[in-house]
Amino acid sequence: MSDHPAETILTTPLNALHRELGAKMVPFAGYDMPVQYPMGVLKEHLHTREKAGLFDVSHMGQVILRGADPAAALETLVPGDLKALGLGRMRYSFFTNGSGGILDDLMITNMGDHLFVVVNAACKVADIAHMREHLKGVDIEYLGDDRGLLALQGPMAHIVLARFIPEAATMPFMSALTGSIQGVPVIVTRSGYTGEDGYEVSVDAADAEKIARLFLAQEEVAPIGLGARDSLRLEAGLCLYGHDLDATTTPVEAGLTWAISKRRREEGGFPGDAVVKAQLKDGAARKRVGIVPEGRAPAREGTEIQDMDGRVIGTVTSGGFGPTLNGPMAMGYVDAGHAAAGTPVQLVVRGKPLPAKVAPMPFVPQRYYRG
Amino acid sequence: MIRFTKDHEWIKLEGDVATVGITQFAQGQLGDVVFVEVPEAGRAVEAGKEAAVVESVKAASEVYAPVSGTVTEGNQAVADDPSLVNRDPEGEGWFFKLKLANTADLDKLMDEAAYKAFVEEQH
Repeated sequence: MSDHPAETILTTPLNALHRELGAKMVPFAGYDMPVQYPMGVLKEHLHTREKAGLFDVSHMGQVILRGADPAAALETLVPGDLKALGLGRMRYSFFTNGSGGILDDLMITNMGDHLFVVVNAACKVADIAHMREHLKGVDIEYLGDDRGLLALQGPMAHIVLARFIPEAATMPFMSALTGSIQGVPVIVTRSGYTGEDGYEVSVDAADAEKIARLFLAQEEVAPIGLGARDSLRLEAGLCLYGHDLDATTTPVEAGLTWAISKRRREEGGFPGDAVVKAQLKDGAARKRVGIVPEGRAPAREGTEIQDMDGRVIGTVTSGGFGPTLNGPMAMGYVDAGHAAAGTPVQLVVRGKPLPAKVAPMPFVPQRYYRG
Repeated sequence: MIRFTKDHEWIKLEGDVATVGITQFAQGQLGDVVFVEVPEAGRAVEAGKEAAVVESVKAASEVYAPVSGTVTEGNQAVADDPSLVNRDPEGEGWFFKLKLANTADLDKLMDEAAYKAFVEEQH
């Protein structure tokens, strides 16, 4: 029997800082990440919605696409309208497969002479291989360990960032700028995954800790772990790849067709375009919905969803407790016939069917910057 | 007298009724408690089997009956305010009271000193 080498866990540039701050560390997508700090998940979540939270998202994949026309090339892999993506603008999209399923969701920013792409940590190796295999005439540079990514999210994030980059206060939602913070070059996008106003700051790995400490020194800012990151995005009705989206879920089933423009729907040109077109025409058999239990018990991922007669109609793909909602909430897929908001359903928790209702998402209002 | 289990429950006997809760260490491990389900009076519980549910934001956990017996009262206070489990796990944050099937069963559990040593080993 041969010895198996010890699994190496990866670290972000902020690993030492997390430990210094007293974070509880857990493995996530192969990285040693903070799930919470001494403040705890509940308070971290509430702090982000009241003031500003700082998240280390350096584990995500930052990729640069260069070439004669990277937007046209990338359109062969995603249903997003990238040709019309203006300079300094960004868009949410997803890689699709031949069945119209989703391989990963991602953010794409037009930086002029290149596209700046951010993909999920768990999928980045596969995503980069996917792009390298299919994108001809495009130079794909994975920034890897040379780059850190910080998310500063919350209603006071703009106050904090404007202290260093005044234009950040008025930059549009889903736009990017290059600037510097105390001499450190940064790429800032006004975006995030919490439902709040906020920014993501891309910085050289060597400067990441300095910028993180600078933000944490601002009185509005507290460090926030992955636990609260998950409850924040779920309250905002945002999907987590690998849970609410996977290779079997189409954009139509997932309710993400807002990200597919009229031109792309008609022209296609992305994997699975025929499946998506057919579903847009005839409807999908299942739909992603929000579900709010009537009691206090949370219904977690994998919970069976039944109609009021006890017939199985779907499964919960993400579920938990919403600190701002002050109650349980879940996201899952149900048969299209049961997808209307207000539809009564049952969630089987610990063997017992508990009453719940299909609910619109987000569960708490989104507060993106509207200028 | 007070005894502890390897699953970090405590059980305090007063007369012939015992009170059960989770320890300070357990609530720290769990994180912020958002949901508690306590057993109703009259329910029979078995040593080592699930008697109550405690959930944090991220995950659900079981509270096991340290000994067998019959529940005399579930603590409505923690069902109404789950954060009580974090604030006062070894006092007001108790989960349920029960009448023991056999008081001698308590002798199988750890005393305070043994539990303290057990927790130290965990780190």
